[in-house]
Amino acid sequence: MAAGRRRRGVLAGTVRWTILLGAAIGLSFPFLWMLITSFKRSSDLYNLENSPFLFHEPPTLEHIRLLLQETLFLRWLWNTTLAGVCVVAITLLLAVPAAYALARLAGPWGERLGIAIFLTYLVPPTLLFIPLSRVVAALGIQDTLWSIIVVYPSFTIPFSTWLLMGFFKSIPRELEDAAMVDGLTRFQSFLRLVVPISTSGILTVVIFSFTLVTQEFVYALTFISSAANQTVGVGVPIYLVRGDVYYWGSLMAACLIASVPTGVVYNIFLDRFIAGFTFGSVK
Amino acid sequence: MGMRRQRWLGPAMLLPAIFYVVALVGVPFLLAFYYAVGDVKVGSTDYHFVGLHNFASVLENPAFRRALQNSIVFTFCSQVLVLIGGNVLAIVLKEAFRGRRLLRFLILLPWVAPVSIGTIGWKWLLDSLYSVINWTLIHLHLVDKFSPPMWLGQPTLAMISVILVHTWHVLPFSTVILLAGWTAIPKDIPEAAAVDGAGYFRTLFQVTIPMLLPIINVALLFGTVFTFTDMTVIYILTRGGPYDTTQVLPSMAFFTGILGSDLAEGAAISIFLLPVLVLVAWRMLRTAHRTEMA
Repeated sequence: MAAGRRRRGVLAGTVRWTILLGAAIGLSFPFLWMLITSFKRSSDLYNLENSPFLFHEPPTLEHIRLLLQETLFLRWLWNTTLAGVCVVAITLLLAVPAAYALARLAGPWGERLGIAIFLTYLVPPTLLFIPLSRVVAALGIQDTLWSIIVVYPSFTIPFSTWLLMGFFKSIPRELEDAAMVDGLTRFQSFLRLVVPISTSGILTVVIFSFTLVTQEFVYALTFISSAANQTVGVGVPIYLVRGDVYYWGSLMAACLIASVPTGVVYNIFLDRFIAGFTFGSVK
Repeated sequence: MGMRRQRWLGPAMLLPAIFYVVALVGVPFLLAFYYAVGDVKVGSTDYHFVGLHNFASVLENPAFRRALQNSIVFTFCSQVLVLIGGNVLAIVLKEAFRGRRLLRFLILLPWVAPVSIGTIGWKWLLDSLYSVINWTLIHLHLVDKFSPPMWLGQPTLAMISVILVHTWHVLPFSTVILLAGWTAIPKDIPEAAAVDGAGYFRTLFQVTIPMLLPIINVALLFGTVFTFTDMTVIYILTRGGPYDTTQVLPSMAFFTGILGSDLAEGAAISIFLLPVLVLVAWRMLRTAHRTEMA
């Protein structure tokens, strides 16, 4: 009986670790493959006789040199950073006060309005891109970085407002009440008390909005047609291909450089984003 | 004085955000309908009301019907795979163990890395000549060396490829949501069932999964929206090809409305996304309402 249970325990452990390792290697394999491809010489890469898993010639930095010196890659990274900073700024400026108003000042309507705002996050770019392309043209910002700087907050604001609303609600009301008794106005107590103790919630929103700029594809593809004005998420998959020729070494190096930092940072904050998605249906 | 100031403070803090979202989501949303019942083209300001003409012409187009069917297949298959895979991964990830953080990070990479970039990685893995997957299959003698599978060049394989790559991308997201549900289950309930003599799978299907239904619902709702409305994987892997056989509604709307300059017909195509969105929003409101009540 005991031996049977132990055997079953060992079996369960083996199954569990097989799934875990299989999933971890399987799901991250494309990234591992980017790493291998980035450092392989083209003559090795494109020799069908060679095993793709091994280095038959010494590793090379040629693909990375080509990427950094002869493509627009650094420009795209810069564009992404610039757009990211602007989108974060707009998002914070609008979402932080809105979330506070919903949490504290809107009364029983706060929660419902919050849900309504959150639902707009579900309206997908693929439903809006056609009319928005005209709006962007009417504003005279088509084919510039401004087009995405203006449009991206339309989905970072709803999600951020929703996340921050939950965050502000968890702060005890007494804190502001006491400050207001001491002569601060509501707005002053919001700025001087609530915002400083909400740093971690605000940081979550910063990370969410910034990584979204690196991840978005559809709007950037729609609004921006010059390679030089692109972000890294469209530039790499679309404009690193010349004609029909794929420079796989440089392309994979670009993928690796663009995805791993975003991935690491996003991963750290992921649990907090998820809390926003689950509506508290997990208690 | 203080009270009077408070009355305008709420709206003053809230309205800029609402205005922004209305201007860039609400207005374009209505414009999409306006375009779909008119004859707008890129570069012209003329507008004539044409009623349901665009919808009728779209529905007559066999390529559209194919795209609609593909969208349903694409969403359904990937969501089935994601729910099974996500729950399995949540079960193996829920307990603490050494190296959990690293394994979790590796499992989450497909979601946290930019999707367009992950997909171009797959394009290399599925390359017609240098595919490492084909190399491995050939050396395991699973496929013929002289006619390896053309993952992106043959209609059925291309459809399977885009479904699998999309599943690869959204699986980690559902895993994390489901994981939140799995870790919230009090340990003693499944244990009590086991003491009563129920086996692992009986406990799983009769006790645990019913308790998880609310969170499975949430994972499914978001998964459906993210899948049904997405075109990134398909645009990068196949561009809807070969011969439009992997085209879905969003990618077809893009090719028609943006690249083909037929704004009206493109808008009509993307409006077909709406029924699913309305359904999801309605289910989500019910979920939110129920947790508000609880």
